[in-house]
Amino acid sequence: MKILVPVKRVVDYNVKVRVKPDQTGVDLANVKMSMNPFCEIAVEEAIRLKEKGAAEEIVVVSIGPAQAQETIRTALAMGADRGIHITTDDAVESLGVAKLLAKVVEEESPELVILGKQAIDGDVNATGQMLAALLGWPQATFASEVEKTDDGYNVTREIDGGLQTIKVSSPAIITTDLRLNEPRYASLPNIMKAKRKPIDAKTPADFGVDIAPRLEALKVAEPAKREAGVKVESVAELVDKLKNEAGVI
Amino acid sequence: MRTTPPARPFDTPERASFRDTVQRFIDTEIAPHANDWDEAGDFPWALHEKAGALGLFGFGIDEAYGGLGFDDALMRFDCGTAMGYAGIGGVNASLFSRGIMTGPIQQLASEDQKREVLTEIVSGKVGGALAMTEPSGGSDLSRLKTKAVRDGDDWLISGEKTFITGGMKASWYVVGARTGGEGFGGVSLFLVPADAPGFTRISIRKKMGWWASDTATLHFDQCRAPASGQLGQEGVCLLAIMDNFNHERFSLSAGCLGMARRCLDDAIAYAQQRETFGKPLIKHQAIRHKIADMSSRIDALDSYLQMIAWRINDARDKGAPMPAAELAKVKVLASKTAEFCANEAMQILGGAGYLRGCAVERIYREVKVMAIGGGSEEIMRDLAVKQMGL
Repeated sequence: MKILVPVKRVVDYNVKVRVKPDQTGVDLANVKMSMNPFCEIAVEEAIRLKEKGAAEEIVVVSIGPAQAQETIRTALAMGADRGIHITTDDAVESLGVAKLLAKVVEEESPELVILGKQAIDGDVNATGQMLAALLGWPQATFASEVEKTDDGYNVTREIDGGLQTIKVSSPAIITTDLRLNEPRYASLPNIMKAKRKPIDAKTPADFGVDIAPRLEALKVAEPAKREAGVKVESVAELVDKLKNEAGVI
Repeated sequence: MRTTPPARPFDTPERASFRDTVQRFIDTEIAPHANDWDEAGDFPWALHEKAGALGLFGFGIDEAYGGLGFDDALMRFDCGTAMGYAGIGGVNASLFSRGIMTGPIQQLASEDQKREVLTEIVSGKVGGALAMTEPSGGSDLSRLKTKAVRDGDDWLISGEKTFITGGMKASWYVVGARTGGEGFGGVSLFLVPADAPGFTRISIRKKMGWWASDTATLHFDQCRAPASGQLGQEGVCLLAIMDNFNHERFSLSAGCLGMARRCLDDAIAYAQQRETFGKPLIKHQAIRHKIADMSSRIDALDSYLQMIAWRINDARDKGAPMPAAELAKVKVLASKTAEFCANEAMQILGGAGYLRGCAVERIYREVKVMAIGGGSEEIMRDLAVKQMGL
C-alpha cells in the first residue's frame, strides 16, 4: 500500500510573526521557515503505519517555492521514501492545493492520504475536506488515533466535547490533530540518506490545474493590544463592575 | 527569543537540517529540565540514548561500530554551539566527554574491542571516560605516574586519576599508564572495564559548576586488565589522544560560543522588559554599549570558528594535520568571550541574574571550567606560540 502525505512549508512555530507595514500580509523576510507541525504529525503517522507493515511506500508532496524542497527533505529524513515538488512562487489557496493533490492522487493511486488538519500560517482547515470532496473519498478529520483494519481504518476524532470513533473504508483521507503522535527527530544518518532519495519536480501547469486565487485578502492586522486592567478594592466592587460595567452577570 | 543567525558561507542543506534537528532536540529534551537537573546534580540516562540515536556521538566513527562513517567539523560546531546555548554545561559535559575516549578506541583498538565497546558507547547505551589527569598533574601527560606492569597474560595497573568527567557512570575507561621509562615514550593506553578487579571510583561533588555531570576520582589498586586491553603501542598511542584533544578543544570552543550567545539573548530580552529611570533598560546608553560589545565579540568568535571548522575538514580531506595553533588560540578566545558575555549579561540582569535558576547564573559559574578544562588558557597560549615556531 502507498501513502501520500502532503506537507507545507510555513513560518516556524517559534517565530513571533509581524504584520507588514502596508497590511497586505505577514513579513516573511529573514524569518525561519519549517514544516507545518500538523504535517509533521502526518509524516510520523505514515511512517508508523509503514513500520507496522500496513504500508510499503510513503510519498510526500509539497507545493511551493524552491525552498519547499527543504521541507520535503525533512520528511524524507524522518523516513518517507520519495518526494514530489510542485514548484510555484504564487500563493496557492486551499482549493488550488486540493485540485493539485487530486491530480497527484490520480497519478500515484495511493490508498491513503494523511495530511495536517490545518497549516499554522492561514489556519484555514479546508484542504483535506476539499480533497475528499473532489475525489469522492471518505474523510476522517482531526484524528487522534488511527488503527488499520482489513478494509479501512478506525479513526478516533477530536470533536467538541469529546472523542468520536468512526470507520472509514479505503481509500480514505485522514487529517491529523495535535495529539495523534509525537513526531520523531530526523537522525543525522537519516538526514544524510535523505540526500539520495528522489524528488520529482513538477509545476501546476503539468497537471493542468488553474491555481489563480479566488479570494482576496483585504487587510491583515495585528490583534488589538490588551489594555491594562484595574484593581478592585473589594468583592462588592467587583460584583458591581461585573454587573453594571461589563454586564456579564 | 533566539536571534536568527545570518546565512553562512559553508552551509549545505544537510548541515542546516542537522542544525534544526539538534536545536529542536535540545529545546524539547534538555532546556525545559535544565534547572531541575542542575539542582539535582544528575539527569536521566535515557538522554544519552536519545542523543546517541540522533547520531551525535558518531562523528569520525565507522558505521560498522554504530558511527556515522564520516566526520564534519561544521556539524560538530553546530552541535557544540546548540549544547552551549542550552545553558546546562553539566549535561553537555556528561554526554560528550565520551568523545575524547571513543576517538582513540576507533584509531587504536582491535576489531573485537571496537565491536564490543565502541558500538555500545556510541549508541549511548553505556558511558565511557578518558582517564589521564592525576592528582599530581593534568596538562603534562609526559609525567604521569600511574604504572602498569606485566603479570603473565595480564597488566596490573596502579595509581590514581582525578577530575574524570563522566567517571562515575562510565562502563569503560581509556587509561593512561606508564609501562616504560620517563616521558611520553613510556606511556601506554589501556581499555579498562568498570568492573575490573582492583578498580574503584569516588564521586567528586560540590563543584562550582557542571553540577549535572558526574565527576570522579579513580583508584587503580593492582587493577587487572587483560593484555588485549592495551590500545596501540607504548608511546606512539599518545598521538591518538593528542589528535583527539584538538576535537575536544574545538567542541569546547563551540560550546563557549553557544553560552555567550545565550547570555546575549537573555540579556536583551531582560533589558527590553525591565524599566529603570522611566525607560526600558535597553534604551540606556551604558546597556546598549554592553550589547554592542557582546554581539561583536560573539560574531568574531563565530566567524573564526566556522573558518577553523572549514580548515579541519580541508585538512582531513588532504590527510594533513589538524590546525592545532588556531585551535589553541580559538580556545582562549572562546572562553574569554564566554566569560565576558556572562559577566556583562549578569550586570544587565542585576539581582535577577544573581538568583539561582536562570541560565545566565549557571553559565556565569560554568565559564571557569571552559577556561581550564581541555587545556587551560595558559597552556593553550604556550601551545599556540610553540606552533608558530617561536
